[in-house]
Amino acid sequence: MKHDDMHRVRRRAAMTAIDRAVSALEDATTRPTHVSLAGRIDHGAVRAFDRRHFLRVGSSALATAFLSACGLAGNDDAKRVIAYASRKNESVERWLFRHTAINVGSPGASVAGAKFPAYFVSPVVPVWGTARGPWTLAVSGMVARPASLSLEALMSLPRARQRVEHFCVEGWNALANFTGVRVSELARRAGASPNARFVDFQSFDGGYHESWDIESALHDQTLIVYGKDGELLTAPFGAPARLHSPVKLGYKNTKYLTRIVFMRESNGGYWTDRGYEWYGGT
Amino acid sequence: MPLGALMTETTVVTESERPGIPRHHWIVRLSHWVNAIAFTIMVGSGLRIFNAYPAFHRKGDAAFPLWPFEGTPAPAWLTFGTFLGNARMWHFAMMWVLVATGLLYVGFIYLHGEWRDLLPRRGDPRDAWEMIRFYTLARKDHPRQGKHNALQKVTYFLMPFVGLVIVLSGIAIWKPVSLGWITALFGGFVWARWWHFAAMLVLVGMSVVHVFMVISVDPYSIRSMVTGGYNPRLSPEARNARPFSGLFRNLFRTSETPPR
Repeated sequence: MKHDDMHRVRRRAAMTAIDRAVSALEDATTRPTHVSLAGRIDHGAVRAFDRRHFLRVGSSALATAFLSACGLAGNDDAKRVIAYASRKNESVERWLFRHTAINVGSPGASVAGAKFPAYFVSPVVPVWGTARGPWTLAVSGMVARPASLSLEALMSLPRARQRVEHFCVEGWNALANFTGVRVSELARRAGASPNARFVDFQSFDGGYHESWDIESALHDQTLIVYGKDGELLTAPFGAPARLHSPVKLGYKNTKYLTRIVFMRESNGGYWTDRGYEWYGGT
Repeated sequence: MPLGALMTETTVVTESERPGIPRHHWIVRLSHWVNAIAFTIMVGSGLRIFNAYPAFHRKGDAAFPLWPFEGTPAPAWLTFGTFLGNARMWHFAMMWVLVATGLLYVGFIYLHGEWRDLLPRRGDPRDAWEMIRFYTLARKDHPRQGKHNALQKVTYFLMPFVGLVIVLSGIAIWKPVSLGWITALFGGFVWARWWHFAAMLVLVGMSVVHVFMVISVDPYSIRSMVTGGYNPRLSPEARNARPFSGLFRNLFRTSETPPR
């Protein structure tokens, strides 16, 4: 006798004769199709029916799940679940973040130069017109000494140069030489409050902004960039100044900067409000 | 006639006609199906992410040498997710499910001993060759096998390792700065993306062949992956089964003694 059969015999013995008679009677009355023409109850069929029934219910549930998979991705409940997972992921990403982890552009690779993709959300390339007065970068929010820096003032601050990768959310990367000022330097000069947990980077590109966690903003490679590949930034790449850091995906790096705000709470961002992950760290 | 007596008799007969031996532990079955669903969503959302930049080369570099189809996106019907941001959220949610079931499965077969069914042994290349001869009609009778034939064995053995490459290269793409040393292990971001994609293609290929062989050679094994029971009389070896050949052999046999 095989192991499985023994198992079944033992299980069957555990049932009382009365139980069996009652369940057989129920089966016979509620499921007449399983009583053969000769009036004999095909118990095997009944047992198989239970399993088959389970399988049929199970497989139809599976099929329903599969068919609805097409609509599943955008389903509201599903969205809540993945948004929850995204929040949990954020804590993992924050835990993985290291100030000591820096990006060094591959020595063998060449800079993208003009092949560096440029984008903006306005219908045309945003340019700071003279009608708006001179461009300034405001440093505000939870700071002891709010500042408004002209491009010249910005360029007179200690310079940081770095040859780093730019990681786009789409999956491409590009190498560039960036010149600028560390956000940590601006924070120190402005006297940012230790209670500030977030930093918002705002632009004159149709309301585009993205808020960051303070740790990423104060990373050594997070710069307010005014030079790219040895020249001043040009309009397609975010002139006069943009935010750039390899520690965040491209969409977090606001171009056409106008204002840096140190805050207690996050205020989302342009792409973040459109369903992209807020943290967007690399 | 009392109902009970009748029932006992028929039950015994029926069961000897449908022998089933336990084959897969419930943990293996659970992780198999959770994995199947999670992996499908991972591939679909991954292809949706890939389609945002269906190429590998760094911007400004020449075309990537190991992918001749740069610029060609995956067909939309294979993708999962309403848009890039949504597909990414699915990808980064489902990865935990996949890693959890992967660890559960590997941990279980290690502790419970099932890894021995998959461990390559000295005779495996020869047995695999004999299976290939059998499938290509160069050999008439099905080679003797244990739980799996040699081709299955090597596939199931390799799958977790391909999965490991996918997970590590995925982490390398996810955190190319925070975990830049993992990215460097793969030869940088561009190569890590290629490894992630190539290993995915290998695992998808293995899975497609697996599903084809289950349907065309051993559909009875679906039962063993659902209820756990397997009928040795309907094994591919007992049926001398090739794809779509010998599918129903032995199915209605009433003999008391199963072969082997």
